[in-house]
Amino acid sequence: GFLIPYFIMLIAEGMPLLYLELAVGQRMRKGSIGAWKIISPYLCGVGVASVVVSFFLSMYYNVINAWAFWYLFHSFQDPLPWATCPLNSNRTGYEEECETTSSTQYFWYRQTLNISPSLEASGGVQWEQALCLTLAWLVVYLCILRGTESTGKVVYVTASLPYCVLIVYLIRGLTLHGAVNGLIYMFTPKLEQLSNPKAWISAATQIFFSLGLGFGSLIAFASYNEPSNNCERHAIIVSLINSATSIFASIVTFSIYGFKATFNYESCLNKVILLLMNTFDLEEGSLTADNLSEMKDYLMATHPQEYAHLSPQLKNCSLEAELDTAVQGTGLAFIVYSEAIKNMEVPQLYSVLYFIMLLMLGIGSMLGNTAAILTPLTDSRTIATRFSKEVISGAVCFINCVIGLIFTMEAGSYWFDIFNDYAATLSLLLIVLVETIAVCYIYGIRRFEKDLYTMTGRKPNWYWKLMWAFASPLLIISLFIFYLSDYILTGTLQYQAWDATQGQLVTKDYPGYALAMIGLLVASSTTCIPLGALVTFIRKRLKRES
Amino acid sequence: MESLRVLYRGDLLLFLQHFHADRMLRVLLLTLSVVAIAHAGLCKPDAQNAFKVRLSIKTALGDNAYAWDANEEYLFKAVMAFAMRRYSSKSTTQISNVLLCNVTDRVSFWFVVTDSSKNVTTVPGSEVEAAIRMNRNRINSAFLLSDKTLQFVKIASTLSPPVEPSTPVWLIVFGVVLCLILAGIVFLVVAGIRQHKKKNKKSTERENLEEKCEVTITVENGIPCEALDLKAGHINGVFAADDERFTSL
Repeated sequence: GFLIPYFIMLIAEGMPLLYLELAVGQRMRKGSIGAWKIISPYLCGVGVASVVVSFFLSMYYNVINAWAFWYLFHSFQDPLPWATCPLNSNRTGYEEECETTSSTQYFWYRQTLNISPSLEASGGVQWEQALCLTLAWLVVYLCILRGTESTGKVVYVTASLPYCVLIVYLIRGLTLHGAVNGLIYMFTPKLEQLSNPKAWISAATQIFFSLGLGFGSLIAFASYNEPSNNCERHAIIVSLINSATSIFASIVTFSIYGFKATFNYESCLNKVILLLMNTFDLEEGSLTADNLSEMKDYLMATHPQEYAHLSPQLKNCSLEAELDTAVQGTGLAFIVYSEAIKNMEVPQLYSVLYFIMLLMLGIGSMLGNTAAILTPLTDSRTIATRFSKEVISGAVCFINCVIGLIFTMEAGSYWFDIFNDYAATLSLLLIVLVETIAVCYIYGIRRFEKDLYTMTGRKPNWYWKLMWAFASPLLIISLFIFYLSDYILTGTLQYQAWDATQGQLVTKDYPGYALAMIGLLVASSTTCIPLGALVTFIRKRLKRES
Repeated sequence: MESLRVLYRGDLLLFLQHFHADRMLRVLLLTLSVVAIAHAGLCKPDAQNAFKVRLSIKTALGDNAYAWDANEEYLFKAVMAFAMRRYSSKSTTQISNVLLCNVTDRVSFWFVVTDSSKNVTTVPGSEVEAAIRMNRNRINSAFLLSDKTLQFVKIASTLSPPVEPSTPVWLIVFGVVLCLILAGIVFLVVAGIRQHKKKNKKSTERENLEEKCEVTITVENGIPCEALDLKAGHINGVFAADDERFTSL
């Protein structure tokens, strides 16, 4: 159902903007801060904003790697620790919390995160998670220690290994029972979901993230290209390969998702059937999934009091509801896959493969982020002359690690969701909007067109010009309006908290200081742009006066 | 006359015997019915010391499921009697002491164990429970079922404890990976420092060499030193002029 916004955003947003950034970098021959300065001196804030966004991203993103390490280390046991519930204290049954939900969710929420019931109850730092986070930062430090030369070699491994693992998983996933349900769910368009702005915003952010727009890294990489490089062809090829990979990965994910949903639905039905059979002493096999609703009506008619006594325990099982329970982003990756893995043969092997793949992807992203932060630091004369490369990278990793300890507290997962949802999304949209408007209207689209002609020998055709000048800015502005209207309509922002007694997620409101944090996150990156313009203006004024 | 009297006495004896047998039979029937009624009173749903049993044969065995009939009930009685005998180690419990009632299609029923030494009483529930707990394995295997599929409602089964190694496995793997990463970092940092030192030494050597050459030039006054090539743009104007003095051939 997500595919329609995704494709529309790709064609209207992703490809034109990718071409734009590559062309800007290739033409200006400088990194993001320098390139925007050339286009207009008042736009130096755009580069700074990109660096700030990268800084926030690197702060919270490595926690995912920490969790992947945790799961990887726990995959070397037989049976897997998330396959069975632990026993309660007097060994007569399983832990109560684990009974109400599944063992994989219990392992994630209780034994990995040790999550608190709400954001306010912070709890203490979990030492196991802190250890894994430290290890994750040490791995990142090892890779960026020597600068871009070493990063380039690491990327060979981190980019190719996930493809192999995905192919293995595709074969395994498509042969699972109930996988078809997930695939059908993925490919059927849901028209009422299209009217929800959240879907469009997530599609746009997904495109931005996966293509790396607005981070400044594309401009930096393109500045190393030869001027005569055909960046139009590159843009199209890269975005198509990127989308193909995303769809491939999501086919795997959704087939496993369908398996999980079907499994849960069937076990829910079996629980209800068992309960009814035991209470009314019906013969085994008389109640099946097909005749359940008719039997329920019959029992309600013949034994009204006992049925009424029982009805609070009878849950209404629905496959649609299971598929709709979109578990929040990172939880999906860890809960759904670990649930599927525990039911396979040789689960340890699949588990190790999967979490190594997750680690490769995560560390690859981290390398890009830290490179975006380190390049301006190493380029600036004041810092680079005093400290060596190793010391600067070490300092950056250390600071981020210490800040990242917040996410290892009991309420850490809620803070993680705050960063995940708000640190990059709005700022990226603004940065890309300013970029497009700057190139089209401040620099001038005819001038840009001429530059491209002199560089590559071909003019961009009407499609690109239309997209750059009108469609993309309009789309981004409308996304802004949607987002703000969504916020105003719902009043206050809400988050999903884990309720241990019910064994599921409940919606709660953010407390005041969390809202302030969200505002700070968004403001600190977006205000860089006007601040940069203001600072340049003041400097010019002072120069003129002096 | 004598023969008639003998015959009459024989009839009377026969009649008396008959009368005795009849009375014995009646008394026997009476006691039996009393006992049966009393026993029926003992086995009732929610009676004192009675337990409900629930079997899920089709779930456990699928196609190999057997039907629950009177023979299976007899086996159950026998197994319960065995369990009681084993627990209390006095061989007084008979199969007839185990009473079943209210058998349903689910296959669930209630049972009690009566005490034959005392009149029409049931063995306390705690003893029965302890006997079942002790022999749960044997009871389960007699019916090819497990703890989950042969349920004694109210008697919770103790689950087997999970295998816990002395040190958590994950810490071991964590330690291994940590040591590898730290070794890599230390190696790279040391290599970087060494390279830095080498570069520093080379540049200081070069500086020393250049200084020496400068001194040589001023002393030697004109003979060019090879080191002069290092300094681009330090062409001594004298030599350029010198070349021009000689006319080309």
